[in-house]
Amino acid sequence: MTLGDYIRDSQIWKSIFRHPAPYDRRNRVVVMLTNFFLHLHPVSVKKQGIALSYTWCMGGITFFLFLVETVTGVLLMFYYRPTLEHAFNDILALRDVTTLGIMREIHRWGAHAMVITVWLHMYRVFLTGSYKPPREFNWVVGVLLLVLTLLLSFTGYLLPWDQLAIWAITVGSNMARATPFLGHEGPGAQILNLGGYDLITNASDARFILLGGRFVGEATLNRFYILHCVAIPLVVAGLIAIHFWRVRKDGGISQPL
Amino acid sequence: MNPHPDLTPDVIRGIGWLYLLLFAMNIFWTVRSYKRQESVGRLAAWAMYTVMLGVVGVAHVTVQSGSEQFLIRMPVWFKTLIDAGAKPQYYFALSIALFAAVVWLREQLVKPTVSWLILNGMVLFMTLSMTDYDFRQIVGKPDNVPIVSMLFIVAFFTWLYFKRAVDNDQRIAAGKPLFEQEDNEKVLVWPDLVYTEMICMVILTAILVAWGIVLQAPLEEPASASRTPNPSKAPWYFLGLQEMLVYYDPWMAGVVLPSMILVGLMALPYIDFNKKGNGYYTFNERKFSVLTFMFGFLPLWIGLIILGTFLRGPNWNFFGIYELWDVHKLVVLNNVNLSEYFWTWMGQPLPVAEAGSSKFLQIVMILKREWLGLVLVAGYLGALPMVMAGTIFRKFFMRMGFIRYMVFANLVLFMACLPIKMVLRWAFNLKYIVAIPEWFFNI
Repeated sequence: MTLGDYIRDSQIWKSIFRHPAPYDRRNRVVVMLTNFFLHLHPVSVKKQGIALSYTWCMGGITFFLFLVETVTGVLLMFYYRPTLEHAFNDILALRDVTTLGIMREIHRWGAHAMVITVWLHMYRVFLTGSYKPPREFNWVVGVLLLVLTLLLSFTGYLLPWDQLAIWAITVGSNMARATPFLGHEGPGAQILNLGGYDLITNASDARFILLGGRFVGEATLNRFYILHCVAIPLVVAGLIAIHFWRVRKDGGISQPL
Repeated sequence: MNPHPDLTPDVIRGIGWLYLLLFAMNIFWTVRSYKRQESVGRLAAWAMYTVMLGVVGVAHVTVQSGSEQFLIRMPVWFKTLIDAGAKPQYYFALSIALFAAVVWLREQLVKPTVSWLILNGMVLFMTLSMTDYDFRQIVGKPDNVPIVSMLFIVAFFTWLYFKRAVDNDQRIAAGKPLFEQEDNEKVLVWPDLVYTEMICMVILTAILVAWGIVLQAPLEEPASASRTPNPSKAPWYFLGLQEMLVYYDPWMAGVVLPSMILVGLMALPYIDFNKKGNGYYTFNERKFSVLTFMFGFLPLWIGLIILGTFLRGPNWNFFGIYELWDVHKLVVLNNVNLSEYFWTWMGQPLPVAEAGSSKFLQIVMILKREWLGLVLVAGYLGALPMVMAGTIFRKFFMRMGFIRYMVFANLVLFMACLPIKMVLRWAFNLKYIVAIPEWFFNI
């Protein structure tokens, strides 16, 4: 009996893993059914459906990057304080003195990569026609996830609180000012007026709601921090669950009909 | 003659590594040619090219002193030529032409030698361009590195798509089974899929860590509300939208058009009634949808991001890839509204309500001033879909039914409104089709 066999035969091991090691065909099936982390997968798939030149692996990579962003992001949250006083200096310290400050680099590059991989995933799903019936709705969920990925990246862009950050967010959020009806420089906003008082002003329009102020300031930092670290990730996690569940229920990974 | 700090030994050595990368790539290719027993002439050509790259690469990497007597650079006349022709209309026309060429010549493009030559050409062009100071400044910005790699990655996957699609189209034409249907028995997920996933995760982690070590995440000066950088750019993935601001007001470019992109994407599966091409790569069986999507994704989305990132400098002026980002560059701009064109052509002044006239009269005069533009826009979105239903989209109209067709036609028209406005701007200096700044309503 080798050491490996001894460990796998122990009561502790057996209590954690609900199945024998996947050495034979039967146990390779069982492992997929009894392991929490593997049960997202089916037991067997068509060979061409998982070929790299077919799927490009981009959906999986995007999910993995989401996990990387979650882990590095949580680690960064232990260190970073979203206030005007500390935000920039904390990032500076992460760069220059903090042990494992590389988490910030990984977080930022991972975020850029995730934006690109999510586009490529959409590109591939389109090009293989995988949005066609019965998978229409899952494509819609995917579009929502695409938007949320961009919003995650956009809200995170502000947090370093350097020139790059606030001006990129200023340029981006200036658009909200021109929202039809809801922005104070948007067409139709003048109509929303009660007894001579404008309902939509620069202190009550879509941009104000987004920024928590008339310009990008401390309230914005707080708002974006909560959106970036809590609100959007929760929604994304929920939609990812739906997205994966629908992949399985809509006939598995895309294949010729 | 050279106003910029030039090639330091560090930069030259960096460029040398790019040559060595090309060298390594072409060793592989030469060996491949040898194994495939290609003709002696070809083999010799590849071998010579490879050796040359190796020599050049080593010469660069081992360089001790900088630049002046040095070596291989992008010729000045070429850079001048590129910069002289740097205008958004040329860039856009070129990207459309490139897109058309890729689709048109797809069967040639997917041949291994052709694609290998193109890849070599792209990397060589990048390498040579790196000898230019201004090019290095833009491309080497840490936040821009992912965009450069995105360019190569998107090109690669577009190529891969065409390779698989051309193969399948030939199979369909010959009545043979699809590539995806051959050798397609069921396999167990453990080990065939979970191992792939694990290897993928390991490689990705390695890439991210290496990337994090080599390139520091950007951190500029502390935020200051009083110092506006020039240019002020949105995050890179929104630069296509920022580029639209040149042609449309924020309410269109920043709100309506992005919303239409999302609505269009979500509506896509309900519009595309074509049952073919589900679960395999093909071009011929779904030409229209692939071309429309690719047009939106490649020249309009990716193309405008590249434009916004690399070619838009201070004051959002257009700069060539080898051009200094000069804050004082002046571009003559005299854009004219359609209503101004119209009333000048009529030989009348613009209709204006007299001071103190009633609110109603003011509205009437504004509508009178802009009537032509309003009619054109209404016709574009209201009448044109019906005209197209009877002509070019007749088949679509019959298959889709009224509501579905109207949604489809309007989405297509919204997508087309960007290139249309671009062309109008370049050809007639047209500023707004409808210009009602009084109501923030400019189109």
